[in-house]
Amino acid sequence: MIEVKHLYKSFEGVPVLKDINTVFEKGKTNLIIGQSGSGKTVLMKCCIGLYEPENGEILYNGRKFNNASEKKRKNIREEMGVLFQGGALFDSLTVEENIMFPLNMFTKMTLKEKKERVNYVLENVNLSGTNEKFPAELSGGMMKRVAIARAISLMPKYLFADEPNSGLDPKTAERIDQLLHSLTKKFNMTTVINTHDMNSVIQIGENISFINKGNLWWEGTNKEIFHTNNPELNDFVFSTELTRRLKE
Amino acid sequence: MKYLREIGEYVLLMIQTLKKPEKWFIFRRQLVVNFKQIGTESIGIVAIISFFLGGIVAIQLAYNIDSPFIPKSIIGFSTRTMLVLEVSPTLLSMILTGKVGSRIASEIGTMRITEQIDALRVMGVNPASYLILPKIVASVLYFPVLVIFSIFLGLMGGYAAGAITGLVPPADYIIGVREWFAPFNLVYSMIKTVVFAFIIASVASYKGYSVKGGSVEVGQASTDGVVTANILIIIFDLILTQMLLT
Repeated sequence: MIEVKHLYKSFEGVPVLKDINTVFEKGKTNLIIGQSGSGKTVLMKCCIGLYEPENGEILYNGRKFNNASEKKRKNIREEMGVLFQGGALFDSLTVEENIMFPLNMFTKMTLKEKKERVNYVLENVNLSGTNEKFPAELSGGMMKRVAIARAISLMPKYLFADEPNSGLDPKTAERIDQLLHSLTKKFNMTTVINTHDMNSVIQIGENISFINKGNLWWEGTNKEIFHTNNPELNDFVFSTELTRRLKE
Repeated sequence: MKYLREIGEYVLLMIQTLKKPEKWFIFRRQLVVNFKQIGTESIGIVAIISFFLGGIVAIQLAYNIDSPFIPKSIIGFSTRTMLVLEVSPTLLSMILTGKVGSRIASEIGTMRITEQIDALRVMGVNPASYLILPKIVASVLYFPVLVIFSIFLGLMGGYAAGAITGLVPPADYIIGVREWFAPFNLVYSMIKTVVFAFIIASVASYKGYSVKGGSVEVGQASTDGVVTANILIIIFDLILTQMLLT
């Protein structure tokens, strides 16, 4: 479980996050949704330590993350897997080397054990046999799946995904959603997904936080979202003809 | 103000860079990769440029020293002295800035804009030490080897040019090359090379590391890295020459 308490972050005096309070629950796919520029990426980057909030705290199972010592942060980071928007695979390394990277850094596993782990996570993302390929040889969807494989290689307790569907066709996007959802259940992780894809919201949104103008505007589930009277949320979620029809 | 901020950021980045690597076996592996990319892959350009520069220097000297009172061996001596003191360490470093510096800046810059550096940070890895330190160490260790190779090939180029054009008899050239050799000149040359290697690798890394934006900014960082490193090379050339040769 991740608790965010009174989080405040600004850039050059302009507040981007204003007193955010929320909880990302264990074993669920927690979605952060909102328009571009609403602050959802900043919230995620604060959670993973890429940005330092000016106020408030982030707790991982009760353990302070921001303002903690570098050693304590490192311990928590070892329990984290992050899927970046573009995958952020290391171009010069093969798929196997990419997935092995965190294992090399944080574990004392033997080469055989590491190879077994690589094959196991590749199997979980349906990419067995791609070990020797370089990122440039993969399609967008495959790159995302390799990035997921790398993110779960240390069997993290917390998985973050920043717009995992961006740039993917609807079918591949759905596969990625289902993959993240099934991995969350399988490994009982606290998964936090940043998205503005309404298909993701409807399909895997077990716990949704709607960020608007730097504020936490609404929280609920994918079932509750259909019955909300929140005008800003309705305006965002049901902005297309298709989603309006779905609501009706 | 902008320059002061940049100097501050550069110093902070170097402090991060010069920290102990997290895993030595990964550092060694990175070092080997960088030896190849920075050093071995530069041998071709170093060989071509050095050979022709040596030839040009010898011909220019022969053209300007056209007196029966000056022995022809002075051309060999002057070619060697120029190669050791200035042409190989400084000019070659400036040429390598274009090749190695731009490569480093664009590689790290691309990693920055594609969130690869963020990925390293999230994994708890010190990106500066992981990415930049092996490049600096590889440059500092490999550039002196390239410069010695360059001096040797430059001398060969001078010999060939003199012999082919008939301006310098080969025997006189060899006598000149071997005359009045001051070993400290080579030490001075190596000190300069090590300093220039550090400047090239660290400045280019800083420019790449601090990229914000997209591909246009990566290109800009690459150009800035080359220009800044070249200016610093000339400034430090003057400072080191004043310190070591006077």
